[in-house]
Amino acid sequence: MALGWYILRRLGSIIPTLILVSVIVFALQQLIPGDPAVAIAGDELNEQAIQEIRTKYGFDQPIYVQYFKWIGNVTTGDFGESYRNKVEVADLILQKLPVTIQLATFAMIVALVVGIPAGILAATCKQNAVGTAANILALSGISIPHFWLGIMMILIFSVNLGILPASGYVPPWEDLRQNIVSLIMPSIVLGTGVAGVITRHTRGAMLQVLSSDYVRTARAKGLAERVVVSKHALKNALIPVITLSTIEFGQLLSGAILTEQIFSIPGFGKLIVDSVFNREYAVVQGVVLVTATIFILLNFLADILYFVVNPRMRSAHG
Amino acid sequence: MADVSISAARPGRRLVNNRTLRRFLAHRPAVIAAIILLIFAVVAVLAPVIAPYDPIKSDFLAVRQGPSLAHWMGTDELGRDTLSRLIYGARVSLMAGIVPVVLALVVAVPLGLLSGYAGGIVDNVLMRITDALLAIPFLVLAIALTAMLGPGLFNAMLAIGVAAVPIFLRLSRGSAMAVMREDYIEAARAGGNSPLRIAFKHVLRNMMPPIFIQATLTVATAIVVEASLSFLGLGQRPPAASWGSMLNDAQRFLRVMPTMAMWPGLAIFIVVMSINIVGDGIRDAMDTHHRN
Repeated sequence: MALGWYILRRLGSIIPTLILVSVIVFALQQLIPGDPAVAIAGDELNEQAIQEIRTKYGFDQPIYVQYFKWIGNVTTGDFGESYRNKVEVADLILQKLPVTIQLATFAMIVALVVGIPAGILAATCKQNAVGTAANILALSGISIPHFWLGIMMILIFSVNLGILPASGYVPPWEDLRQNIVSLIMPSIVLGTGVAGVITRHTRGAMLQVLSSDYVRTARAKGLAERVVVSKHALKNALIPVITLSTIEFGQLLSGAILTEQIFSIPGFGKLIVDSVFNREYAVVQGVVLVTATIFILLNFLADILYFVVNPRMRSAHG
Repeated sequence: MADVSISAARPGRRLVNNRTLRRFLAHRPAVIAAIILLIFAVVAVLAPVIAPYDPIKSDFLAVRQGPSLAHWMGTDELGRDTLSRLIYGARVSLMAGIVPVVLALVVAVPLGLLSGYAGGIVDNVLMRITDALLAIPFLVLAIALTAMLGPGLFNAMLAIGVAAVPIFLRLSRGSAMAVMREDYIEAARAGGNSPLRIAFKHVLRNMMPPIFIQATLTVATAIVVEASLSFLGLGQRPPAASWGSMLNDAQRFLRVMPTMAMWPGLAIFIVVMSINIVGDGIRDAMDTHHRN
């Protein structure tokens, strides 16, 4: 009952945020200097083409009418049409989003596999070289520009060693092995930053838990340090890390913009960059809106997860 | 982006006092990182004096050369000196790190103070807008804004600044609310001070430590985002040099001229890592993370 009430309350706060996000995304178009119809027409500068665009996109109507028309269409899944390719924006999004989700999932696996053990080592060995190395690694992961890391990895593993493809993407249904191989470098590049964040949070959570009373009691009972860490401390320390990972997944979706650009992966990130250069404003708006919606839903999921796994929150709302 | 937790400050406490400074100076990695940043800042300011060549002047007799005595870091595809471009690029990167953060602070801190101090409907409206802006990832918002405003360094900095506003607004509001719960604010109220005087004289001054730390860390984020935008061709326009646009150029010549890609990325890495270490040092020195 408490969970249901909590979900309802959180949903209630999501809806106004989503409406405001839609207003902001729509308002982005108003920032285009001059006439947006001229900007969309680009080199095709004849008056008839511009007038057609103006009528088609409703630029000749009052702004609030334009917004309600646009949001009305968006709620039915109609984000408009790509002006140049004559393709529905929704189709483009549906085509590109799964690629980015796969990349972000692989990157998250990399981040968790590296970040959690590194965080545990940073906390349990904080007085020696292993802990220092884990801390430096985390800080490097957060600080390294990912597009540079990508370029350096291409240089080493593709140009010099020739063991991994420098670019491209193979869909899993065509060749699963090639699909995985094509995503190895991009996943590592994209996952590095989040691995750094997870290392730092795991370290912080572990240090907090390791100094708590129940861990002291476990130690006093004579349990081996390995058992105390793995059976008692880690379980509780991982709660905030799991919820953080849900939120960080959203960051990976946006971080994929540069990774996809470097490795020529035809995903969501590459779609937004290509749309920016082709002045496909409807696609840019659609991508930003979908990204923000996913981000909001992931935050919602993180809150629900935190509520489910944290007994204190359950009793506070019970 | 790193989070800075909010804590109550002490009455009348200066942003940087002697104790804070002593603690910071005792943090050896942070001091070393601060010296590195100072060197980069000096290099950026003295670029016209230090740079051995004109960063935008092509020399077609010296195209894509490796490191030599004449060109310590080699030359690019147009024969321009990489070291000179790197030095001038430092100006762009440091400016792109600082200007958007100052812009965001100028907008967000007064609004955050207003939101936290006034509460009620003002707070509610501002926070809902902040929630909506925070829902759009930083880089996505910066790209979308730059796309609409048009490419260029000024627009990129403006876009980064706008994207950073909600981060500081949320933090300023929380910080203001934490300070307002303090006894000395109650005492100032009881002493008959006007709300405006309390807000600007007491609350604003004491809410700054966590904002200052976040500002330091956001400079690092802004540098990376500007480099990302320039890398994508949305930031600094050619032929002017920026570290991001140098990487963009380098990517095309990776097979024939791999060193071209090394220097600008290394420069971004060193500066961003130094800022993060200094940020950690300031946080530890101010101890806003652990005090409560």
